[in-house]
Amino acid sequence: MKEFQQEITDTARQHRPGIKENFDVTRLAGYGCMALNDCPQCKSCTSHTTKDRLRRMNTLLDLVTLLGRTVFVVTRGAGSIGLFALEGISCFFRPPFYWRVFLQSLLDTGFLSLPVVALTALFSGGVIALQSYTGFAQYHAQSAIANIVVLAVTRELGPVMAGLMVAGRVGAAMAAQIGTMRVTDQIDALTTLRTHPMKYLVAPRLAAGVIALPLLVVVADILGVAGGFTVATVKLGFAPDNYIAATMNALKTEDVMVGLVKATVFGFLITLMGCYYGYTSRGGAEGVGSATTAAVVSASILVLAFDYLLTDLFFAQ
Amino acid sequence: MTDNPSSAPKIRIRGLRKAFGSKVVLDGVDLDVPTGTSFVIIGGSGSGKSVLLRCILGLIQPDEGLIEIDGVDVLRAPRREREERIGEIGMLFQNAALFDSLSVWENVAFGLLAPEPTRHSEKHPRLSRTEARARANAVLEQVGLDPSVGDLSPSELSGGMQKRVGLARAIADRPEILFFDEPTTGLDPIMGAVIDGLIVDCVKRMGSTAIAITHDMASAQRIGDEAAMLYQGKLVWQGPATSLMHSGNAMVDQFTHGRREGPISMELRR
Ligand SMILES: Nc1ncnc2c1ncn2[C@@H]1O[C@H](COP(=O)(O)OP(=O)(O)O)[C@@H](O)[C@H]1O
Ligand SMILES: [Mg+2]
Repeated sequence: MKEFQQEITDTARQHRPGIKENFDVTRLAGYGCMALNDCPQCKSCTSHTTKDRLRRMNTLLDLVTLLGRTVFVVTRGAGSIGLFALEGISCFFRPPFYWRVFLQSLLDTGFLSLPVVALTALFSGGVIALQSYTGFAQYHAQSAIANIVVLAVTRELGPVMAGLMVAGRVGAAMAAQIGTMRVTDQIDALTTLRTHPMKYLVAPRLAAGVIALPLLVVVADILGVAGGFTVATVKLGFAPDNYIAATMNALKTEDVMVGLVKATVFGFLITLMGCYYGYTSRGGAEGVGSATTAAVVSASILVLAFDYLLTDLFFAQ
Repeated sequence: MTDNPSSAPKIRIRGLRKAFGSKVVLDGVDLDVPTGTSFVIIGGSGSGKSVLLRCILGLIQPDEGLIEIDGVDVLRAPRREREERIGEIGMLFQNAALFDSLSVWENVAFGLLAPEPTRHSEKHPRLSRTEARARANAVLEQVGLDPSVGDLSPSELSGGMQKRVGLARAIADRPEILFFDEPTTGLDPIMGAVIDGLIVDCVKRMGSTAIAITHDMASAQRIGDEAAMLYQGKLVWQGPATSLMHSGNAMVDQFTHGRREGPISMELRR
């Protein structure tokens, strides 16, 4: 290692006169590599093996740097989101609570998401019925289809589809709205009007998300099953009363409840992402744009990740 | 900038420093604003005027220094007391910063309806929405707007009207201190003069203490009693606002007369 260091020091010094003796290996390697790339007479400068080792070392260093930086950024991001979430939650326990903003957010998050959630649930339920028929159920009892549809919709599709749709709709809207307020000084203006921005902007939205998502999922569950029912009866020619009986048989309170617990968690995560990225956005319209993207992407990933974790927690024996 | 022993200043700042990363924006600002005066701060773009106001408002945490309002050290006071002091400041932001999800009258009445605990003093009784609306109408009239404007959304207003609404919102609950960040920037000269007139009116009528930031010399002389110039993080000159155009200070002269040559060289990249 010592002689290698000497070699790159020499290479570096050949190209950068006046370079300091005590530069660390990383920087020397950096200069060495720069020299390799820049210098036309490099062939005469260093031996072939040194160049090779330099190249390899450079790749390695790049990887290490990238890894370290990623870990650092992710950890720091998670930490500040965590703190933000804690502050948001603590606002519930410190008055005042802004009911007007809460009701408005409930309307935005819940009621206005109904059409999107309803349609996705309807089609998802239909697709499940179709797939399970063409896939394998046609060889078994027909009740298997009702079974699969109910199970898939209440446990997974209802909460996940509603979560993803709301992430796209509401997460983006919240990030854009709060982000615009940030970059146009409206959040600072709140403070000067004796209003705590976290209490006014964030707490009511988190509450709205936590309440609206389970309600949406109830609707999604019903419509998902209805979608399956429609496909099974109209397209696959099952007897409606048999299908309904099989559905009722397969429906478990426990599944629905777990779906609703998932929905509550998703509602919190989605609104948290929207609020966090909006609240911390900076840099004008562009900053608001990237905050919106970040909110939707991270909310969608978190919905799927927490779906897995909660499924593991509740269903895996 | 000596201490004034006869009457404690409303706002007293000593050795205020703030840097963003390696960039020093405020580098030891000392400032006294006596009760009831209008203080104008001039200085080039990016010289840290807005940062100074934000530090006083508690929106930016300074690195070092002392800020006293009514003798209360707001940087070190308990949260409750700090919020109470800072709650006495009304602020007109550079771009008005109206809440665009609310109507104009809700903007104006926002502080009146704010249910924060610090508001339940005798001076700020909590108003019902009807009372707040009536009060908002009165304030809108005070800044020369028809009460019917109250039902519009801020995005439907022109720049000058937005500034008026911002002013109305800042003065709605009669704060003891008013801050104006470039109140006339971006307005035509006549509208600028109108806004200045309104500011002087409000400040005089309420007996408030005011700090105004401006680039506009005419405006500075209309609004201000006292003036100071911020340059490279320090207040390099302070004197009566009437002497701005003939201050005898080379930097102030260059700035007020808009000369290209002088002690101030434009650092385009900082
Ligand atoms: N939150 C911030 N983060 C980083 N830099 C800032 C921030 N706020 C202001 N600055 C910098 O401080 C300097 C002074 O800004 P400002 O006080 O807005 O200038 P002006 O005197 O025009 O009002 C600017 O160069 C600006 O880039
Ligand atoms: Mg400014």
